[in-house]
Amino acid sequence: MALKYSSITKKVIMSLAGLFLIAFLFVHMTVNLLVLINDNGETFNKAAHFMVSNPIIQFMQIFLFGGFIIHIIMGIVLQIQNWKARPKRYKVAPYSEMSPFSKFMIHTGMLIFLVLIYHLYNFFFQAKTGNIEHVVYNGTEYEDMAKLVLVKFRQLPHTIIYIIWLLLLGFHLDHAFHSGLQSLGFNHNKYTPTVFIISRIIAIVLTVGFITIPVVIYFYRQLPV
Amino acid sequence: MDLTLKIWRQPNASSKGKFVTYKIKDISPGSSFLEMMDELNESLVTKGDEPVAFDHDCREGICGTCSMFINGRPHGPDTGVTTCQLHMRKFKDGDTIVIEPWRARAFPVLKDLIVDRTAFDKIVQAGGYVSVNTGGVPDGNAIPIPKVDAELAMDAAACISCGACVAACKNASAMLFVGAFVSKFALLPQGRIEAHERVQKMVAEMDRQGFGNCTNTGACEAECPKLITLENIARLNREFLAAKLGARKGENVRGGGGI
Ligand code: HEM
Ligand code: FES
Repeated sequence: MALKYSSITKKVIMSLAGLFLIAFLFVHMTVNLLVLINDNGETFNKAAHFMVSNPIIQFMQIFLFGGFIIHIIMGIVLQIQNWKARPKRYKVAPYSEMSPFSKFMIHTGMLIFLVLIYHLYNFFFQAKTGNIEHVVYNGTEYEDMAKLVLVKFRQLPHTIIYIIWLLLLGFHLDHAFHSGLQSLGFNHNKYTPTVFIISRIIAIVLTVGFITIPVVIYFYRQLPV
Repeated sequence: MDLTLKIWRQPNASSKGKFVTYKIKDISPGSSFLEMMDELNESLVTKGDEPVAFDHDCREGICGTCSMFINGRPHGPDTGVTTCQLHMRKFKDGDTIVIEPWRARAFPVLKDLIVDRTAFDKIVQAGGYVSVNTGGVPDGNAIPIPKVDAELAMDAAACISCGACVAACKNASAMLFVGAFVSKFALLPQGRIEAHERVQKMVAEMDRQGFGNCTNTGACEAECPKLITLENIARLNREFLAAKLGARKGENVRGGGGI
């Protein structure tokens, strides 16, 4: 199916999926930052509980996984076609002024995907399989996701992997938002320069926002006893 | 100026080809790149060697044939010029210059630096035209056209089909070329009539010819000798989406040629 679509259709699908993933990242980051509130994880655990129990959010999860799969499949198909389009490479690598990150989308993308599996294993599947401690707030029992996060990010190797991963995500995102809009046909000499700035701001905000969590936990938090 | 040239030599389309190094002396900084190539060829002919085959015709930047990939850039180290407009003063005495043909599956090498750009002709044949009925000459001012549109259409029409966009693109994509062709018609009332059919046919042919897909990297825009902008690729995407999504039931011109 992915092969039958024209080049532009594939790019449009890829772009819509990618832009949806950016929207998801903002929600994900906002919820995650709650773990930094120093209240023994109560706010974060309640928010996390809401995210896994609310039926609308559970329903949206289908689109989230669908979005990832579509984005990745389209990305790989397009990339294979792109490699095939130049069977013989140049002796002197093409030098042209352009964004350095835009040349490595498939590489940052694949690395993001690999660590994503590790990430899902660390948190998502631990919670799904009930492999997790519980806490009680006001007589109601909650999964102690905050504890899980604290335990993970008190380990240096783990923290480093996450920081590298998030930097790669930032590099991917630097060429994401404006590229997605261009693929959808939005380009206007009045607004496009601003769109480039917004794209970079999105990349920085998401990267810094997410990285804050492991860094703050590693340096400033103790495991609850 | 004394220079070392590393030039791709390939006797014909089916042979393997390799780089051959030539030394050349006393080149005037005021001469053009093609004049330098002429001097090299003269010396080769004098020695009884086969001259380097390269495409050229107008030598004034309008025909688009002089395709050469020089030191990692189509048309060499200058912006907004073709190889024939490139001056030797852009290089330094003692420089080594690597000269390669365009590299793309859709542009096979015919000989040395000459590539076959029939793929572009095929895309144009698919839809890069307006159908005009014969009859009396229409009044030039009968159809009013906003100045902005006329200028944008002229900017897009500056494309000389040289293929530098494909050569520079890391994906060997022809989207800037197709974007320019679709835009120059889509912006004008005469071109609107066949606009939806045109964009679908041209994109389908572009895919069929084996060009890569645009990743909005912008190397094409940076290397285009006519400074055609990415705005034209966005317009191509818009036109394509409008044609596909807006088509009435059963009227869709099928696009896409697969891998
Ligand atoms: C949360 C993660 C991700 C987000 C938010 C994201 C977002 C985006 C966006 C918005 C684009 C621009 C789309 C366009 O130009 O049309 C893009 C391009 C791309 N993404 Fe992702 N992406 C993510 C993960 C991945 C993964 C896991 C891969 C794995 C293969 C990947 C591969 C690519 C490739 C190859 C491109 C360039 C494709 C092209 O321009 O044609 N991305 N990404
Ligand atoms: S020879 Fe015609 S553009 Fe260079």
